[in-house]
Amino acid sequence: MNARQRDENPAGIHLPLDPLPGHTSRGRLERVLRRGEFAVTTELNPPDSADPEDVYNRAKIFDGWVDAINAVDASGANCHMSSVGICALLTRMGYAPIMQIACRDKNRIAIQGDVLGGAAMGVANMLCLTGDGVQAGDQPGAKPVFDLDSMSLLETIRIMRDNGKFLSGRKLTTPPQVFLGCAVNPFAPPYDFRPIHLGKKIAAGAQFAQTQYCFDVPMFKAFMQKARDLGHTEKLFLLCGVGPLASAKTAKWIRSNVPGIHIPDAVIKRLEGAQDQKKEGKQLCIDIINEVKEIPGVAGIHVMAYRQEEYVAEIVDESGVLKGRQPWKREIRRDDQLVAKRLDHILHDEITETQVDMVKTAH
Amino acid sequence: MSDKQPAVTQATLVKKAAPKSDYKPADVSPQRRVQRTFAVRLWSIRHSRLLEWFYGRFADAFLLLHPLWKGIGYGRVEAPVKFVEKRVKGFMFDCRMCGQCVLSSTGMSCPMNCPKQLRNGPCGGVRANGNCEVEPDMPCVWVKAWEGSRNMVHGDKILTVQKPVDQSLRETSAWLRVTAQAAAAREAAQNPGASA
Repeated sequence: MNARQRDENPAGIHLPLDPLPGHTSRGRLERVLRRGEFAVTTELNPPDSADPEDVYNRAKIFDGWVDAINAVDASGANCHMSSVGICALLTRMGYAPIMQIACRDKNRIAIQGDVLGGAAMGVANMLCLTGDGVQAGDQPGAKPVFDLDSMSLLETIRIMRDNGKFLSGRKLTTPPQVFLGCAVNPFAPPYDFRPIHLGKKIAAGAQFAQTQYCFDVPMFKAFMQKARDLGHTEKLFLLCGVGPLASAKTAKWIRSNVPGIHIPDAVIKRLEGAQDQKKEGKQLCIDIINEVKEIPGVAGIHVMAYRQEEYVAEIVDESGVLKGRQPWKREIRRDDQLVAKRLDHILHDEITETQVDMVKTAH
Repeated sequence: MSDKQPAVTQATLVKKAAPKSDYKPADVSPQRRVQRTFAVRLWSIRHSRLLEWFYGRFADAFLLLHPLWKGIGYGRVEAPVKFVEKRVKGFMFDCRMCGQCVLSSTGMSCPMNCPKQLRNGPCGGVRANGNCEVEPDMPCVWVKAWEGSRNMVHGDKILTVQKPVDQSLRETSAWLRVTAQAAAAREAAQNPGASA
């Protein structure tokens, strides 16, 4: 029999946890981070389908290895299942999703509505993004909205949560209890402004941050040094973005086609020199994690293994960042097990339960 | 709809709560603000049949000049053609340069002047006097479009369902695009199988 897992509501896995003093959300990720544990988050590749099983199957491979799963909002301006929809499915099953909100597709009216809807479904973490331009995606003819930007979005949700009001000033009867996140890219110019920019996001309401892919550890160290000097790491939990590169060819393609991802030549050279490039890409990711986890102020990692999701467990395991801790895992509960056993008995064993037979056996 | 209208709407509350300022801009929507009076636009709609005839000849002339455009290069003629197109259509129809002109299907009334930029017909909020729900002093673009289309020979083109606006084509020349497409279609018709 399973003992109840830490960070699980005994009344049901889909229910929010008990509120804790100093916590703004009732979710698992905030608890893990505030306990000082090294957190691991990852990203779910959103399906192009209307089948909930697709989402569950993609979430299942992370079971027991991550503390939260990012539900991306049409990343790269490509159309997929919405982050709200993915969050609705994941929260039902007890997972801790991080709902990404991009400003590209929704104006302030839609966004504030989605924040309330998400929070009502049990979404405890929200990540505020500006979003890629529509030109980057599969439907460049779409109208780019950008009514808010990531900064004003953070502030909007913070006002909703802390002041219990819409942006218009109208009151909310129950404010959303969410842990607010932002993205940060230390690997793009203006480098000296980036840490200050992060400070601005903290002032706007960011409580955790996930960085862009880190392939250049010295550059990240320099950024962290500045962030520590400014006192950011005491106010915000910073999760370093990491991920495996499938091959030197993909690395080169990413470098020249995906804006904001910085891959040094040394990384490409290392991949090119390897026998098995995919394996080397994974090893490179683990090496980066091992370096990054020692940097003071890094509260966790965000593993983005696009189309290599099956490697997330291996990467987390082999890098040993969890230090023996097991994040929440979806398990069969005790009462479910009892039902399953009883059901099995009824379905497969030959039992006579007609009235006449029962009378016979009674004598 | 609820049978009882609330005495004070949310919009009124918001308006009242807004900071007071001496400067109160005219009109509600940005679409309306960049327009002059409607006189020329309404004239164009009244004379939609004439304009339809003229547009037909004009498109033929442009297509006739296709070798010239191609010779100079569509890329090179874009800037001057766009300059003329923007000013002419701007004067006649309050053109918004969406780059995918549908005037001939909308009774010579430019649908991009609608505050909701509806391209397939009026919304449900048109006022009893035929004015716009957002801009109370502006005649509804689609009320005018229907009137204009009734004068036209091919007025029933208003019944075709328009695709969503391709926003990436904004501020491009619809004249050149239509010409290039018509030329391509003509070539494809002349030697079928070449494109297959």
